[in-house]
Amino acid sequence: MPNTPKNGTLYRGREGMWSWVAHRISGIAIFFFLLVHVLDTAMVRVSPEAYNAVMSIYKNPIMGLGEAALVAAIVYHAFNGIRIILVDFWSGGTKNHKTLLWGVLILWAIAMAGFLFRHLPIIFGGH
Amino acid sequence: MATPLKAKVAAPRSNDNIVQGVKYNRSSSKRNNFEMVAWLFMRLSGVALVILIFGHLFVNLMTGEGVHRIDFGFVGGKLANPFWQVWDMLLLWLAMLHGTNGIRTIIDDYAQKDKTRAFLKVILFLASAFIILVGTLVIFTFDPCPTGAAAELLPSFCPAP
Ligand code: HEM
Repeated sequence: MPNTPKNGTLYRGREGMWSWVAHRISGIAIFFFLLVHVLDTAMVRVSPEAYNAVMSIYKNPIMGLGEAALVAAIVYHAFNGIRIILVDFWSGGTKNHKTLLWGVLILWAIAMAGFLFRHLPIIFGGH
Repeated sequence: MATPLKAKVAAPRSNDNIVQGVKYNRSSSKRNNFEMVAWLFMRLSGVALVILIFGHLFVNLMTGEGVHRIDFGFVGGKLANPFWQVWDMLLLWLAMLHGTNGIRTIIDDYAQKDKTRAFLKVILFLASAFIILVGTLVIFTFDPCPTGAAAELLPSFCPAP
C-alpha cells in the first residue's frame, strides 16, 4: 500500500513532493521553449523579413496565452528555485519549508497579476 | 562486508579517510567531484538566471507595446548594444547549461537501461551544443544594418542606403 499522509510520510503526496513535481515539469517546459526560442531569434541573422515573419506567428491571442503560461512556469520555477536554495543553505530552511512554499505561491500570484495586467491588453488589444 | 561504524562519533566527518582500517575516499584529491560541482552550479546559475530572465522578460514583454513591438528593428537595436550582447550571452549560456544539466538528471532518474540513458544523453548534449553555438554566433556576428534590406525594417540608427 502506498504511504499516505495518514500513515506517516513526510514527503510523499504532500507539499514537498508536489512543489518538486511542478519544479521538474516547469524546468522541462522552459528548456524545450528555449531550444525553439534560440532558433527563432537566429532568424535575425538570415534577414529582417525572415525574422519579422517568424515573429508574426507569436503576435496572436493564442500564442499570447502560450506566452502567459510560459511566464507562469518561469516565475514559479524561479521563486521555487530560490526556495530550494534557501532550504539547502539557510539553517532555518528545512524547519520553515512550508512557509517558504506559501511565500513562493504568494509572490508568484502577485508577479503574475502584474504581468497579466500588462500582457493581456497587449495580446487582445489587436495592435 | 558490513560498513564498519565508528563508535561514539555522532556523524561522519568529511576528513574521515580511514575508519577502522577501511579506507574511504572522502575529500581525497583524487575524488571526482563533478556531481558536487554540478549541484553547486545549479544553485549559482539559478540565482543569476533570476536577474537575467526577469530583466529579459521585462524589457521584451512589459515595455512599449510588449510582444507586438518585437521586430527586426527592435532586436537589431538591442543586439547592436554591447550591454545587451553580454546580457543575452550570459542568459544563453547559463540557461542552456542549467537546463541541460537538469534534463541530464531527469534522464538519469527515469531511463533505466544503460543504453537508453547513454543514447538520450548523447542527443541532449549534441542538441545543447548546437543551440549554444548557433545562439552565440547570432549574438556576435549579427549585422543590425544588412545591405540591401528595406530601410523601414531596420533600426533607426542605420545609415540611409
Ligand atoms: C529563473 C531562474 C532559475 C532558478 C532560480 C532555477 C533554480 C533551479 C534549482 C535550484 C534546481 C534544482 C537543482 C537540483 O536539485 O540540483 C533547478 C532544476 C532545474 N532547472 Fe532551473 N532554475 C532557473 C531557471 C531555469 C531555466 C531557464 C531552465 C531551462 C532552460 C531550467 C531548467 C531546469 C531543469 C530541467 C531542472 C531539473 C529539474 C529536476 O531535476 O527535477 N531552470 N532549477
